Amino acid sequence: MTMRTPLARAKGLGAAKEGVGHWWHQRLTAVALVPLTVWFCLAVASLPGADHAALVAWIAAPVNAVLLVTLVIVTLYHGYLGVQVIMEDYVHPHWIRTTLIVTSGFAAFLLAVGAIFVILQLAFEN
Amino acid sequence: MAKFTLPANSVVKTGLKYEAADGAKRVRNVVVYRYDPDTGENPRTDTYAIDLDKCGPMVLDALITIKNEVDAGLTFRRSCREGICGSCAMNIDGGNTLACTKAIDDIKGDIRVYPLPHMPVVKDLVPDLTNFYAQHASIEPWIKTSTATPPDRERLQSKEERGRLDGLYECIMCACCSTSCPSYWWNSDRYLGPATLLAAYRWVADSRDEATGERLDELEDPFKLYRCHTIMNCAQVCPKSLNPAKAIAELKKLLVLRRG
Repeated sequence: MTMRTPLARAKGLGAAKEGVGHWWHQRLTAVALVPLTVWFCLAVASLPGADHAALVAWIAAPVNAVLLVTLVIVTLYHGYLGVQVIMEDYVHPHWIRTTLIVTSGFAAFLLAVGAIFVILQLAFEN
Repeated sequence: MAKFTLPANSVVKTGLKYEAADGAKRVRNVVVYRYDPDTGENPRTDTYAIDLDKCGPMVLDALITIKNEVDAGLTFRRSCREGICGSCAMNIDGGNTLACTKAIDDIKGDIRVYPLPHMPVVKDLVPDLTNFYAQHASIEPWIKTSTATPPDRERLQSKEERGRLDGLYECIMCACCSTSCPSYWWNSDRYLGPATLLAAYRWVADSRDEATGERLDELEDPFKLYRCHTIMNCAQVCPKSLNPAKAIAELKKLLVLRRG
């Protein structure tokens, strides 16, 4: 039961004055992922049959290592932005929504750090 | 928490069937959503067989015929019957449109008529649009200026500047677009929806308005504006052939442009 006017309810807490950064970053990462994904698919397609040493050597090549780290960061950031949108669209209880968004952010960050660590380890050990 | 069951009384049941008068040659079934909050019963769909030879060409004519000759209890809004007042917006043959401009001949099979989707139903085909109108009021859809009105003339606008309002000012606020938008279905308490955002852009695009920045400030919000995911149902159903999705895209573009 509320006795607030419809206009007061429609205005709510006002505009958050953010959202444009999220929207812009989602599009920038999408554009960046086009060449990165094409490169990655072509690279993987050229690797079947390679043994462990060849694979490690491929990852350790500076260009490949740099692009792999970039791919990991951009993919996980883009994925996190997308998951946030899905949560905001469909999950309505505020605390569940915030918990899921924060958790997915932490998970994406952890995955990125872990993947980068592994790539660098391979790159610098060989 | 997530709800996995429907609320009580939400299942739409099959209702009554009204046969056409004897001797009717061109008979069509009009299947109409009925809901009466006073009875406490579930909503139902009543089927009215009508004689097209004794009825006007539009779906609204069929509804008026039913109300006048078969079932005076059928409740719906209508006023101008020529597509300018927006009162008779409803879901016909699966799409939101105006009953007065939707031709019966354009529909194959039974004519299914429901209220605008995902709005509280007052009765039968009448949705509660209180929040929809409040959202429209919240963007302050009137000219805002700091410069005083010229004492001897109107506020001038070039032909090109006036041309930028074409496709925006024609909106009749029928709510077909907003109530066809899934984002509006899920988040209408916070997402303004295509109709209100089209109106907001109409004032952002108006060369005479001096509150462009403040208007954009008030729209920059993850929910008010950015729930739009370019689904485009709004543009598809608009009975005035407007494109709210494009207006929303222009707003998003301006918000990016003013950053650098």
